[in-house]
Parts: sequence; structure tokens; C-alpha cells
Amino acid sequence: MNIFIYDRTFEGLLTTVFDSYDLKIVPDVIVPKNNLQDSLFGNKIEIITDTVKAERVWNGLEKKLTDGACQLPYKAWLSEMKIEMLVYKFIRKVFETPFNIEKNYGDEHVLAIRQLNRKVTREACRTLEFLRFQKTTDNIYYASIAPPYNILPVIISHFEKRFTDQHWIIYDIKRHYGVYYDLQQTSEITLELNHVNTGTGRISNNAMGESEELYQYLWKDYFQSVNITERKNLRLQMNFMPKRFWQYMTEKQMLT
Amino acid sequence: MSLDIREKLKILANGAKYDVSCSSSGSNRSNHGKGLGNSVYAGICHSFTDDGRCISLLKILYTNYCIYDCAYCINRKSNDIPRAAFSVKEIVDLTINFYRRNYIEGLFLSSGVILNPDHTMEQLANVAKELRTKEKFFGYIHLKAIPGASYEIIKKAGFFADRLSMNIEIPTEQNLKMLAPEKDYRGILQPMQLMKEGIIESKEERRKYRTSKAFVPAGQSTQFIVGASPEKDQLILKVASGLYNQQKLKRVYYSGFLPVNEYDKRLPAIKEPPLIREHRLYQADWLMRFYKFDVNEIVDDLHPDLDLEIDPKLSWALRNPWLFPIDVNHADYEMILRIPGIGVRSAQMIINARRYGKLSVDKLKKIGVVMKRAKYFITCSELPPAVKDLKPEAIRTKILTEALVPVKKIQKPVQLQLYFG
Ligand code: SF4
Repeated sequence: MNIFIYDRTFEGLLTTVFDSYDLKIVPDVIVPKNNLQDSLFGNKIEIITDTVKAERVWNGLEKKLTDGACQLPYKAWLSEMKIEMLVYKFIRKVFETPFNIEKNYGDEHVLAIRQLNRKVTREACRTLEFLRFQKTTDNIYYASIAPPYNILPVIISHFEKRFTDQHWIIYDIKRHYGVYYDLQQTSEITLELNHVNTGTGRISNNAMGESEELYQYLWKDYFQSVNITERKNLRLQMNFMPKRFWQYMTEKQMLT
Repeated sequence: MSLDIREKLKILANGAKYDVSCSSSGSNRSNHGKGLGNSVYAGICHSFTDDGRCISLLKILYTNYCIYDCAYCINRKSNDIPRAAFSVKEIVDLTINFYRRNYIEGLFLSSGVILNPDHTMEQLANVAKELRTKEKFFGYIHLKAIPGASYEIIKKAGFFADRLSMNIEIPTEQNLKMLAPEKDYRGILQPMQLMKEGIIESKEERRKYRTSKAFVPAGQSTQFIVGASPEKDQLILKVASGLYNQQKLKRVYYSGFLPVNEYDKRLPAIKEPPLIREHRLYQADWLMRFYKFDVNEIVDDLHPDLDLEIDPKLSWALRNPWLFPIDVNHADYEMILRIPGIGVRSAQMIINARRYGKLSVDKLKKIGVVMKRAKYFITCSELPPAVKDLKPEAIRTKILTEALVPVKKIQKPVQLQLYFG
């Protein structure tokens, strides 16, 4: 059994594809480093991430697929659902079929990649909807997220385009990393979350900027006022706005 | 006079909630690094109320004082309710601060009529102007065009707003006269026509000079109240179809009548708002906009009202059994779209996937086709035998009894945001 071990980056996974061709060895399983590999027995091959190799695989994808479809394996991989082998098989199939297969939904790998892609995209879309910023004393707008998939890389550009004239931070509490936009550029950061309640995502009262609390109240008031009781339909509400988001949503929190 | 801002917001949001439109779609503003916000063509919902409706915009009234007395309206002058009015600055501050926190996509501002329609329209235009010019706000702005306001002022507003809407509310002139005596049916339709011309003109201008100002780039919408007056679905849908085709409206909304003024005997006494009927109207509207149906295929003189038990697409299919079964491996896109159980996304996937090889039942299922429904209407590489010879009535009964969802629990998508893809 051939076990390929990579460093949990997408470049690493692309390098894996490259090396597999190079070594003429087909992996039976691809695992991120430190992930159960000790309990697996077999021929372990550790992949050293190499941006040149990764680039060559990526360019290969660009040649065979349309622009939009190149993102497919990347977004599917962001689902973090142990889909390394699927991504691997998909990329090989793309390379080894003489024509473009991106729309062959009759093929199990193509369909699976597309479906994962939809899951990740949907989660990202919902995060654009339900993420809430709170203004801090240093005039930074801060938001907590804890998504089931690693969607932060996908949503950054939306917020860059929208909130160009304010400082903001989006922080993934589950994965312990975030991004900070400082009016010029966005950089990856890690934070000591002293002022954030990781249960509610809220920043502590003394870290809140002027009027922050008032606007949270106003938003909650608004949310209550536009409801039409005669039309109550909680199932429909939950369909559109899954419960897992409520935790961090201002309008769904009790203010103290 | 100076009500606390929280009280004001409660009153003026409460007064605005009966307008069901909340969409933030159809506009593509970008701030180019010189302001706040942008708008996304598909629109974004930011929350959902307990009644399952999308909250995309801060939907408020400028004021709920009104000199008119429309029978169906909570804000009519004869109602004894708490009244309030915002200042321009208050609305601007609320919009900007909500927007910066990612609560909303923008503002939807409507109003009761104060002094006269022109004066009221002027106020709404001022708020939009302030947001765009002083605050450099590039988010979405939807303004209500006040019935009876002169086109000059509506036009001014249109250069700051993304969308303008003029609510017809009651679909026939005679019933509008009865329920809203101060309003004038033609006075509503006429500015719609002028706005349409303005929009076309502005689009051409912008093709020639890229810097010329956009006029109502997200187009117009309107709303009908369903069930406050006795019009049949056929009439409502025909008016809607005309608005889409001739006036180029972007959206028509249907709002199930809520008896807010039970004392008014001109209105029907009802126990519950007609939510299923409203839902069927949205489905029919959907068929006209995305499934290339003509209104006369959905309703006709023999079937002037939509079937409440089954959706209008299934209902159409059962009335036209000779068109089925359809071979999904060969039929063209338009026909595939018409198969019950197949939506826009599955239809597109079928067209793409079948180029690589014949599709089996199993593959159709995986693609997302609802076979429980579609099986009566298709053939593919393997024929599902037995069901082919069923009569429409039998299919109807079968679908209803095996039904996916019992009719009563049907979900009511009032404001669907579609992600095609
Ligand atoms: S004019 Fe508008 S706000 Fe005034 S009563 Fe009629 S519908 Fe209501």
C-alpha cells in the first residue's frame, strides 16, 4: 500500500500529483502530515511541497479546463473532507482524457468534485450573508466565523471589494487563523482571543467601539419588527439560515 | 417630538414590512476604492425573519403619517396607531452603520404620503442623494415611487437609486378605485411607462459615454395584494406578464392579503392569509421568467385559477399528456425544462452530460432530478415501463399520495435567491 504524505497545503497536493507521475507510483491513500499516518502500514512517501512542480500541474489544468473549472479541485479540497484521493483521481482523469471532461456529470469523479464544490461555494455564500462585524475601540470591524469547511480564502475578495474604506478582521475561531485588511492589503494573522467570547463570537464590552452596542440593539429591534406573526414559518427560516450560523449572529443573540 | 431612535425604528420598520419586496439584485455598482460598498448582481440576503422571509435591505418608512386612507393599509389615516418620522440624517446613519457591520445590502425606503405626493417623493430622493454624494455609498438603494408624484421628481430619484418600485396593489382599475379612492390606476401605470423609457435611454447613453449616470440600473418592480379583491389568478398573471413583457419590469411580487383593518367592510373577511395561493403565483411567475412559459399555458378560461394542490408546472404537464414522455437524451433544452421534477440546474446538467454518453435513471438521480415526479414524463436509455401508460388523473393521484410534502406543510419561498450553477 502506497501512502503519500503531504503538508496540508494545496500546493502540496498538486506536488503529490506531479511526484506520482514522476515516480510512476500511484498512491492508495494521500494523508496530511500528522494525520493518523502512524497507524497506517505500508510504503510511506513524504512529499516535499515544491511550487514549481505545483505550478506545472496547475498550468496543465488550465490548459485542459475552462477558467472557471480550474477552481473546482481547489474548492473541493477546501471542504477538508478527506478528499485528497478524489482530487488526485480527478486531476489524472483530466490529464489522461484527450478532451475536456469538466461537464461529464455522468462520471462519478467529475460529479463528486462538482458536488463538493457546490457545498463549499454554498457555505461561502452563506458566510457572506450571515457574517457580522462588530466595531472595536481601535475602529477595526471584527467578525468571528467557525465554518465547517475552510472557506475563508474564498470569501476575502468579496469583502475587499466591498469594505475598502474600513479596517476589518475576519477570524476563523475553529482553525485559529484570520485575515486583516488595513485599507491597503489583506494579510493572514493569528490572534490571542482575549477580547472575544469564542462561544458567541462577541467582543467584550470594553473592547467595543462607540455606539457599537446601540447598533446591535437597533439591528435586533429591526429584526423583530419586520417579522409578520401571521406568517410564522420557522422551518423555512431554518432552511435558508441553518442553525449553525445563529451562534455568531447579532440578531440571534441575547444582549447583556 | 424627538422620539428615541429605537422607538422610531420599531414603528417605521413595522409600517414597512407589508411590502414584500426585499431583493437587492440587478445592480453592479463598484466603489473603485473611493467609497463604501458595492452591489452584487445576484443580490444577497443577510438574514431571515421568523416567517422565513429574506432580509436584504433596511426596509423602512420615511414616515408612517399619511393623508390617504387605503382600505388594505395599516398606515391609513383613519387608523389610530403610533406615528413617527425620521430625519434624513437618521436614515443615513442607520444605513451606513448597518451596512458597515454586514447586516444589510442597502436601503429600501418607502413612505406614507405627507403634504402631497411631490413633497414626499422629494424627501426620498434627498435621502438617496445624501447617501450617494455625501457618504459615497455604493450599496443598494431601492426607493418607492410615490403614486401621484410628478415624473420630474421620480426621475431625479432614479439617478441615485438602483431600483424604483411603484406598487399597483390592486390589479384592476375599478377595484383600486373602491379600496384606494385617492389613488389613480393610470397615474400609477403612466410613470412606469416613462421610467421604462428613461431606463432604455440611459442604457443607450451609457453605451456611448461610459461616464454618463446610470438611471435605475436594477429596473422597476411592483407588488399585487392577492385576495383583497376578487380578481382571478388568470387576470393577475396576465397583468404581470404584460408588465414583464411590455414594461420590462424586473420583478412582480405577490403579497397574500393580511386583514390588518378588519373593521373595513369593503374587504373580505378571512381567517388566514392565502399563503398557498401566493406560493402558487410565485411558482407561475417563475415559469414565465425562467422556464419560458407563456401566461396562457399556465392559466386559461377553463382553468382561471391555479391548482392549489399541485404546482403549475405539473398541472400544465397533466393537461398536455400528448407531449410526453420526453426523451431526455435527445429532446432540446426547452422541452427538458418543462418536465416536472427537473429544474433549471438539472436541465443544464443533462444537456451538458449527455454529450459524453447516454444518461441512465441512476445518473439522472445523481444529477438531481426528482425521479418520483419525473418518472411519469420521461424516457431515457432504460425505460421505466409500467408508468408510461398511466392516465393524467392517475398520475395526479399517485403523485399526491406518494407526495414528497403534504400540501398543507408546503414551504413558501417568498423571496428566493437563486444560485444558478
Ligand atoms: S398611500 Fe400608501 S401609506 Fe398611505 S394609506 Fe395608501 S398604501 Fe398606506
